[in-house]
Amino acid sequence: MKIVVGLGSCGIAAGAQKVYDKIKRQLDVRGANNQLEPVGCIGMCYLEPIVEFIEEDGNKHTYTKVTPDIVDEILEGIFEDNPCKKHLINPIEWDKLQKQKRIALKNCGVIDPENIHQYIEHDGYEAVKKCIQKMTPKEVIEEIKVSNIRGRGGAGFPTWFKWNAAMNNNGNTKYIVCNADEGDPGAFMDRSILEGDPHAVIEGMMIAGYAIGAQEGVIYVRAEYPLAIVRLQKAILQAKELNLLGSNIFDSTFQFDLKIKAGAGAFVCGEETALIASLEGERGMPRLKPPFPAEKGLWQQSTNINNVETFANIPWIINQGGKSFADIGVDNSKGTKVFALTGKIKDGGLVEVPMGTSLREIIFDIGGGIINDKEFKAVQLGGPSGGCIPKELLDTSVDYESINQTGAIMGSGGMVVMDDTTCMVDMAKFFLDFTCKESCGKCIHCRLGTKRMLEILTRITDGKGQDGDIELLEDLGTGIKEGSLCGLGQTAPNPVLSTIKYFREEYERHIIDKTCPAKQCKALLTHKILEKKCINCGLCLRNCSVEAITGSKKEAHRIHSEKCIQCGICFEVCPVGAVSVY
Amino acid sequence: MLCCKENGDKIEAIIEKHRNNPGSIITILQEVQEVFNYLPKDVLAIIAEKTKIKPAKIYGVATFYKQFRLNPIGKYLILLCQGTACHVNGSKKIEETLYDELKIKDGETTEDGLFTLNNVACLGCCSLSPVMMINEETYGSLTPEHVAEIIRELKNKENRQVV
Ligand SMILES: Cc1cc2nc3c(=O)[nH]c(=O)nc-3n(C[C@H](O)[C@H](O)[C@H](O)COP(=O)(O)O)c2cc1C
Ligand code: FES
Repeated sequence: MKIVVGLGSCGIAAGAQKVYDKIKRQLDVRGANNQLEPVGCIGMCYLEPIVEFIEEDGNKHTYTKVTPDIVDEILEGIFEDNPCKKHLINPIEWDKLQKQKRIALKNCGVIDPENIHQYIEHDGYEAVKKCIQKMTPKEVIEEIKVSNIRGRGGAGFPTWFKWNAAMNNNGNTKYIVCNADEGDPGAFMDRSILEGDPHAVIEGMMIAGYAIGAQEGVIYVRAEYPLAIVRLQKAILQAKELNLLGSNIFDSTFQFDLKIKAGAGAFVCGEETALIASLEGERGMPRLKPPFPAEKGLWQQSTNINNVETFANIPWIINQGGKSFADIGVDNSKGTKVFALTGKIKDGGLVEVPMGTSLREIIFDIGGGIINDKEFKAVQLGGPSGGCIPKELLDTSVDYESINQTGAIMGSGGMVVMDDTTCMVDMAKFFLDFTCKESCGKCIHCRLGTKRMLEILTRITDGKGQDGDIELLEDLGTGIKEGSLCGLGQTAPNPVLSTIKYFREEYERHIIDKTCPAKQCKALLTHKILEKKCINCGLCLRNCSVEAITGSKKEAHRIHSEKCIQCGICFEVCPVGAVSVY
Repeated sequence: MLCCKENGDKIEAIIEKHRNNPGSIITILQEVQEVFNYLPKDVLAIIAEKTKIKPAKIYGVATFYKQFRLNPIGKYLILLCQGTACHVNGSKKIEETLYDELKIKDGETTEDGLFTLNNVACLGCCSLSPVMMINEETYGSLTPEHVAEIIRELKNKENRQVV
């Protein structure tokens, strides 16, 4: 029997390493020599740490939310052929997996990412072998064209088109770059792929290298992803040992080498020309396109840049055929897309669904709906470049065109769910604060425009909003979109514009009525103790940091508004819900 | 202390390793920061001299990327996630609690040199949000009370060691 433990970053954060170590110790104590394997994230982050016992016949016992304390109990049951039922996964969870279609994530949570042989057992490196031995570069690109896959990094540009442009370039030296900078704060699709199935990305890059005629590849990984870097390093080393990287690959004349470069923390470096500048050791500032990287990229040579998820799809496409990929999805959006489902969602994690699935299916059928069964308010797609989609549009199909129509973008796959306690003005402010800090400063509109927008949003949430502020935001937003050189500035106003579009009333309530309907903006709140409900326990009084509450064991407590700083601690500590906020 | 012989040798070795790779100044700075935990100004000058890259350019790179620090950090580096999921699930309150306990804001270090607070965007465990990391350890599903407890425990541990 094989034992596997999910050891992605999310699993480790939930304590999976301790569980793994405990199992290992216990196996030693018992003198059992079961195979114990770490795997990547299977996507069900809300159930981590996850431990699976897989019998020879494939029968599985999956345990969730495992802690070191219950390891004994579980192992006991397993070894006595009487698996304990208590912590077993609820079968409903498997149904949620059934609703998904796994291509980019097919090996994540299934194979040991640090063992190349397991990847090979799952058809690994078959696709690149097929390309080298049976296909011309043109045929490879044709297959990608048939699949109609579009870039998963955000902009959704047809992948074959970029490859074709790079192939047609006459240069001698060409480069393949994998964009693993994953900048959207609240998204971790690429990281999970790199941690769970690094070889798929390597193989995808090799195929791209073969197609365009490049012999060198670079993976630009976000510095915050140390585990992904370690697993990639191991994967590259193992591939070199088996002569899958290097020269004379599969006894052909094809040669390909791979390097990793760690980013140093700059969101704008996800933009391809900035990324290239960063690879060259410069400040990561974008430049005007054209020339596109396919003409003048890294070191002025023809370069093809794709996102991690894009590359991870490529081996599947070559193995199964472009047509199989194109059979999944809708109109102009083919295949699947991975999303990081987070926020006020019950079952957060990674999901991979066919294009064309509705937001409602993703959030309610797969994600289990909203925490505490609260009211769904909006979902944010595309991070700082994207927008919020409101309840009325929950049936929107997830494909590039339909999402664009709402004013949001598909983006790289961040999907943050919000309920009625999320303030939309505050959300817009959050993203503007991010883009304002991350602007590289090259374009005035982006550098100063985002700052002005942030100031206005701050004043609105501080209760100092003025008549005309909404129009000013719209005006500035339009100007910044037009006056910025790269995608950062061109999309920075989106979170503001899309919330104004769907939640204008909420902005007006802040500005005119000076209230925050979601009760998040402190400056706009008033706390009051309801005399009838108060049980005189004194908890609020003791917790108040500014002594704004008076009362005694015999009399109901009272908040003195002139002293109150609306910190909300009384509301939180009151055991009987006697503090009201409005 | 900074440029004692041993550290000087380390810098030398790092630069030597990358001598033939154009464009590796970011990697050099990353590796040097591993040695000192930050980038001391005089060390930047040494790097400039040895790599023949202009000091202004090195300083430009060091200040462009968030990863680089020009000041030393505390013994405990707190990385507080301010990503979208954590924001939606109350990371502001965690930041306030940290301020109450330590009186430091983003990028600052406590006077006793024990704690440094850095805001970061998404630690990738959004399903456990709000999240923070202290040195290598990740703490998820935080509440203000929980955070206060974690910090006090670390402080106590340090006090015990002093006595
Ligand atoms: C500000 C900004 C940030 C970006 N960040 C990323 C990123 O983190 N990851 C990514 O793959 N693409 C990112 N992109 C898109 C890249 O510029 C590029 O389009 C993409 O890597 C191309 O790969 P694809 O065709 O496979 O999507 C970003 C673009 C902009 C303007
Ligand atoms: S947003 Fe905090 S861990 Fe992802």
